[in-house]
Amino acid sequence: MNLHEYQAKRLFADYGLPVSVGYAVDTPEEAIAAAERIGGTAWVCKVQIHAGGRGKAGGVQVVDSIEKVRSFAERWLGTRLVTIQTDADGQPVNQIYVEACIGIERELYLGTVIDRSSSRIVVMASQEGGVEIEKVAEETPEKIFRVAIDPFVGDHSHQGRAMALQLDLEGDQVDQFSRLFNSLLELFNELDCSLVEINPLVITDTGAVHCLDAKINVDSNALYRQEGLRSLRDISQEDAREVQADAFGLNYVALDGNIGCMVNGAGLAMGTMDLVKLHGGSPANFLDVGGGASQEAVAEAFKIILSDTNVRAVLINIFGGIVSCATIAEGIIAAIEEIGVEVPVVVRFEGNNADQGSNRLASSGLNLIAANSLVDAAKKVISAAGGTV
Amino acid sequence: MSIFVDRTTRVICQGFTGSQGTLHSEQAIAYGTQLVGGVTPGKGGSEHLGLPVFNSVREAVEETNADATVIYVPAAYCKDSILEAVDAGIELIVCITEGIPTLDMLEVKARVEVSGIRLIGPNCPGVITPGECKIGIMPGDIHLPGKVGVVSRSGTLTYEAVKQTTDKGYGQTTCVGIGGDPIPGTHFVDVLSLFQQDDATEAVVMVGEIGGTAEEEAADYIKSEVRKPVVAYVAGVTAPPGKRMGHAGAIIAGGKGTAHEKYTALEAAGVRTVRSLAEIGEALAEVTGWE
Repeated sequence: MNLHEYQAKRLFADYGLPVSVGYAVDTPEEAIAAAERIGGTAWVCKVQIHAGGRGKAGGVQVVDSIEKVRSFAERWLGTRLVTIQTDADGQPVNQIYVEACIGIERELYLGTVIDRSSSRIVVMASQEGGVEIEKVAEETPEKIFRVAIDPFVGDHSHQGRAMALQLDLEGDQVDQFSRLFNSLLELFNELDCSLVEINPLVITDTGAVHCLDAKINVDSNALYRQEGLRSLRDISQEDAREVQADAFGLNYVALDGNIGCMVNGAGLAMGTMDLVKLHGGSPANFLDVGGGASQEAVAEAFKIILSDTNVRAVLINIFGGIVSCATIAEGIIAAIEEIGVEVPVVVRFEGNNADQGSNRLASSGLNLIAANSLVDAAKKVISAAGGTV
Repeated sequence: MSIFVDRTTRVICQGFTGSQGTLHSEQAIAYGTQLVGGVTPGKGGSEHLGLPVFNSVREAVEETNADATVIYVPAAYCKDSILEAVDAGIELIVCITEGIPTLDMLEVKARVEVSGIRLIGPNCPGVITPGECKIGIMPGDIHLPGKVGVVSRSGTLTYEAVKQTTDKGYGQTTCVGIGGDPIPGTHFVDVLSLFQQDDATEAVVMVGEIGGTAEEEAADYIKSEVRKPVVAYVAGVTAPPGKRMGHAGAIIAGGKGTAHEKYTALEAAGVRTVRSLAEIGEALAEVTGWE
């Protein structure tokens, strides 16, 4: 689960990480009130969306008058921001964050991730802050410093001090950084994060270490024990169909093709999309309907797939494991009768009672096209969607 | 021969009396697995599916001499269940459950590594040596005793691969689902190493997917250590970046973990890759020269 910058900064403040004073607002009037409350003569206005690349897209601006705070708010609130990380429609801007402006001497990078290869939490830092860290990692990996945290002994001050020295910090900055390092890990562990990034972490013109940006991703699997974080979910930033699927325990990801896919199992669902693509078609979605592909799940899956008006045909690919394809066939028939499906549906059964399942579908009188293999299924659904194979 | 499990493996089930534990224990017994008991705290002393129920894994191990355990308990309790199995001195832990918090797995994994115990999963179909021992949720009847080792990050995708090797008549030595989580107990490399050492395994099918670098690490290992033919398929060529594709570990993050990178690494290591999951069996026939 992604958090907004303003939410992440509140959590940072809770854990003693240095952030600027700021307020998230959803009207121009509140934006002005926020700037006046903060005081000073310059403010940073930042669009709040779940995507990076906001600065280059015009979604972050330093303004030097109240009037400009108002025009920034009027310009963005209620619109959508398109960045290199969003799709062509962009993300809706429901809030902006108005923050005190500070003078910057240096921009650094500090991030914490779970490193899959070593099965450790790894803290990464670089003197190359404010730019895409993936690019730094790719082009100049020697400029990224890493510390892996032992799950048994946790993090210690000396690790932060060593990293501060690598970053060429001086004097009191070393201790400031070291404290920040430990607080960051405390936050990471207590809030079940999968990623925390401060890009840039800055040295201010008064020599202080300060978090200019804040990004937090939370492990969705841990939300059951993170009551305080659950309410921070902003579904306006998520695809509406993905939200709906999630509510029914289905995994759905929207793509831009015209062939709806309904598959049992995540790996097979990806494999099915790849197969459609390989044979010249274009998948409209990823959808894992669950191992058992129950009638309820199939009906909900149909509703979600068909709410995408690009869909011209649907491919159901089921490998019957423990559950019989004959049972799944009954569910598919009932689901189609329940919601009424207008587009052609190609069904491929394999595994447990596959033939019985196919026969049941054939005798249903519904507009179902049986496929006898994976490749046959891909070709038939592409043809049914109006493509040529 | 086989790896991890065979007809002598004595298995207990944690979460034995729950719905998943019951369903899959019945299937395992029907398959011929030596299931010797189960654990459900608070129900010790009773009987379930004709087998003894114990309050703790330690008690179950002491009474039954079990050497493997399969875990079906809910995700929130899995860390405790796995650590309990580690403390009880079991040799093999297979965790089927999906949805365990990643930070739980970091601690579990560190503990398992220190103890030298083998953990397979979580979020996996399990492990099966056809005709001998089935631990997990895979359908037994698609398997055939034979000569191909299968290792995979996915469930139903594994079944597709297995079915193709069965249809060809090659059969499998052992099939290992290492699971779709970012922090798996067992990696491709661990399983590849065992297949390389196993005389009965003549070829290997590896099924990967987007996310992480496990396939790249496997490619490096294959290049230097594996002398048997390997056929690999990687799911997720069409997956968009930044989206979690069902499995917690199947995500292209920061432009890394794409299927393309994985295919490139595997091909550079001399692995026969297939872009279509329907061609796994055919590719195996090609690289081995088998009829």
